[in-house]
Amino acid sequence: MTQDDRLVLREVQGPSALGGGARRSLELLWLIAANEFKRTYFGTVLGYLWSLCRPLLLFAVLLVVFTHVLHLGNTVAHYPVFLLLNIVLFGFFQEATITSVSSVLTQEAVVRKTQFPRLVIPLAVVLTSVFNLVLNLIVVCVFVLAFGISPRWTWLLMVPLLLVLFVLTTAVAMILSALYPRFRDLAIIWAVFATALLYATPVLYPLQHAHGALRTLLACNPLAPLFELSRRWVISPDAPVATGVVEVVVPIALIVGICALAVWVFRREAPRIAEAL
Amino acid sequence: MTASRTPIDEATASTIDRSRLIEGPVVIEARDVTKTFRIPDRRVDSIKERVTHPLTRQTYRELRALRGVSFDVHRGEFFGIVGRNGSGKSTLLKIMASIYRRDAGGLRVAGRLAPFIELGVGFNPELTSRENVVLNGVLMGLSRQQARRRLDAVLEFAELEQFADLKLKNYSSGMMVRLAFAVMVEADADIMLIDEVLAVGDAAFGQKCMDVFRARRDAGKTVVLVTHDMATVQSFCDRAMLLHNGEMQYLGDPEEAALRYYRLNFSGHHDASAPQDVPDVNVRVIDAWLENPAGERVDNIEQGEPIGFNVIFEARHDLAHPMFGFNFHNADGVLLFGFSREFDPPDGEPDELRAGRRVRLSGTIENRLLPGRYSVGAVISRNRTAADLALHMLRLLDFVVYGTEPGHGNVSVDVDMDVTVEDGA
Repeated sequence: MTQDDRLVLREVQGPSALGGGARRSLELLWLIAANEFKRTYFGTVLGYLWSLCRPLLLFAVLLVVFTHVLHLGNTVAHYPVFLLLNIVLFGFFQEATITSVSSVLTQEAVVRKTQFPRLVIPLAVVLTSVFNLVLNLIVVCVFVLAFGISPRWTWLLMVPLLLVLFVLTTAVAMILSALYPRFRDLAIIWAVFATALLYATPVLYPLQHAHGALRTLLACNPLAPLFELSRRWVISPDAPVATGVVEVVVPIALIVGICALAVWVFRREAPRIAEAL
Repeated sequence: MTASRTPIDEATASTIDRSRLIEGPVVIEARDVTKTFRIPDRRVDSIKERVTHPLTRQTYRELRALRGVSFDVHRGEFFGIVGRNGSGKSTLLKIMASIYRRDAGGLRVAGRLAPFIELGVGFNPELTSRENVVLNGVLMGLSRQQARRRLDAVLEFAELEQFADLKLKNYSSGMMVRLAFAVMVEADADIMLIDEVLAVGDAAFGQKCMDVFRARRDAGKTVVLVTHDMATVQSFCDRAMLLHNGEMQYLGDPEEAALRYYRLNFSGHHDASAPQDVPDVNVRVIDAWLENPAGERVDNIEQGEPIGFNVIFEARHDLAHPMFGFNFHNADGVLLFGFSREFDPPDGEPDELRAGRRVRLSGTIENRLLPGRYSVGAVISRNRTAADLALHMLRLLDFVVYGTEPGHGNVSVDVDMDVTVEDGA
C-alpha cells in the first residue's frame, strides 16, 4: 500500500456477509476451519479415532438392526457398504448444519467486537466438516474395496455430487445461523428435524423400497437424488434412479430454491446480526 | 530567557502542533451519521412464540442512538469521543468499525482501520499463541503472509518467544494480556479505534497503553479514543467531540469538551449551551484567587514562593457534611497533589452549610513546583461520601510558576546527599 493509497477516502460499507474484502474473508475462513480441524484431530491422542468412532458405531448398530432384525439389508446388494457410505454422507450434512445453528452465538465476541465477515462463520463450520468428510471417505473407500467392488470411472462423478451436497449444506447452514439470533429455539427444532430427516432420506434404505405416494413424497427430498445417485455411481451401477418428472424436477427446484433463500436471508440478516446478539 | 526549553515553551509548541494537524488530510469523514435501534417492547425470540401468537404485532420502541453526527478526523490526530453512558459514543465507534450498520449518512475512511474494543478478542484458548497471533493479525486486516512476518516481532514485544507453541489456555492472565497487547501494537493499523474498556486494568498498564497510542500518533497514525475519563482526554487528545443523546454537542478543544462533559454530568439538567457557566447547581464559586507573600492578587507565582490560596463558595442548597477538595494538575492534566478540608462549624452548630451561606477557604501552600503551567480543580462532596458530588470544577484557577531553575519533572524536593569517593578496595 503506497502512502497515497492511505489517503484515499473510501465509503464504509458496514458489516456484511463478506465485509472487509473477499481475500480477507477467505484467509479467515481457512485459518478458522484449519485451526478447528487441527484442534479436534491433534488436540487429543484419540482425536481422529474418536471422530471415526461415531459413524462407525452408528454403522455397526444400524447394520445389526437392519440385517438381523428387520432383514432389509438382505434384499439390498452390498448393504453394509451402502449403509456406511450413506451414514458418512448424511453425517456430514447433519454435523455441519447442527453445529452451524448456534455458530454465530459461539463467535459472539468476534462478531460484536471486530469487523468480521459474517459469512465466514457458517462457512468455517461447514469447511471443518468437509475435512472430516474427506477423512471418513477414505475409510469408506477401504470398505468399498474390501467388499470386492472394483473401481469404476463413475466414481469420478462423486466429485460434482459432493460439490452439490456441499452447496446445499452451506445454504442450510447459512439460513440456520442467520436466523438463530432471532429464533433461539431453532437449535432444538433443527436437532429434531435433522433426526427425522435421517429417516425421510434414503440413507438406511434405497428409495425403491418405498411405494406409491410415499415414494413420490420421499423422492421430493432434495437430499434423495444425491443418495440415490451415489449408490448407483459407487456401489451398484444397475440400481434404479428416479426418472419421473416430479422426482427429478422437485428436488432440483428445492436445491436451487434453498440456495436462493439462503443468499436472501443471509444478506438481509448479516448487517444487523451483531445487534440481535 | 535562557536557551533551554522551559515547560511553558513546550506547552505553547504543542498548541501550535495541534492547530497544524487540522490542515492535514482527512482520514475519517462522517456526514450526518444516523443510527436508530428498534427495541422490541416484548422480545420474541423463538419460533414457538411466533406460531402460538401469530396475530400479535411486534411493537417497538425506537432508540435514536445517533442523530446526524458529522465530523472530520485528520491524519495524525489523537481524536477523543466523550459522552455519558448512552450518549451514542460506542455506537459511533462500532459504526466506524463496520460492526454496526448506519441507517443514514455518509462515512468514508482512508487507510486500514482496526477497532480495539477489547483486548484479545478472537483468541482461542485451544490454539497455540503462534496460531492465535496469525489469526488475530488477519482479523485486524493483515494478510496471512504479513501476519506471519510480524509473528516474531509480536512474540518479542510480548516477551513470550519461548512460549510460542504453548496453548493459550495454559497461559497466565498476565501473559495473555501481554500477548493481546503486542498483537494490537504490531497490527500497525492506519487508524486505531480504541474503546475505553482497554484502559481498564491497573494504572501501569493503562499508562503503557496510552504511551503506545501516543507513539502511534507520533508515527503519523490516527487514534480515535472513546472514553469518559476526562484526564485522558485532556492529556492526550488533540481534539475531542462531546456526544449527548446521540447529538454532537461540541467539537474542538479537549479542555472545553471535558468541561462541558462535567457540566452535563453534574448539573443534572441537559443544557450545555452556555459555555462559561460553571456547574453550580449546588455550590457557586463566588471568587477564587492566588496571592503572593505580600498579599497581592497574582496570576503568576515565583518559583519557591508560598502560594496564597483563597476561594469563596456559596451554597445554593443546604449541604450536609460538605468536604472541599482541591487538586493541582500540571499542563498535561496529570494530578500532582491534592488536599481536602472539612467544614469546621462553630460550636454547637450542625455540620451543615445552609443555602445562601458562604464559606471561605484561605491559607498558604508550600510551593515546590518547577516553572511551568499549572491548574487547580475543585471538588466538593457532601454527606461524607466522596462520590456524592456537589461541585466538580476542572479548572478553578490557572497559574504559572516562573523562575530560572528548571529541573526534572514538576516538583523540586530537598535532597541531602553526598557523593564521596570510597577509599580502599
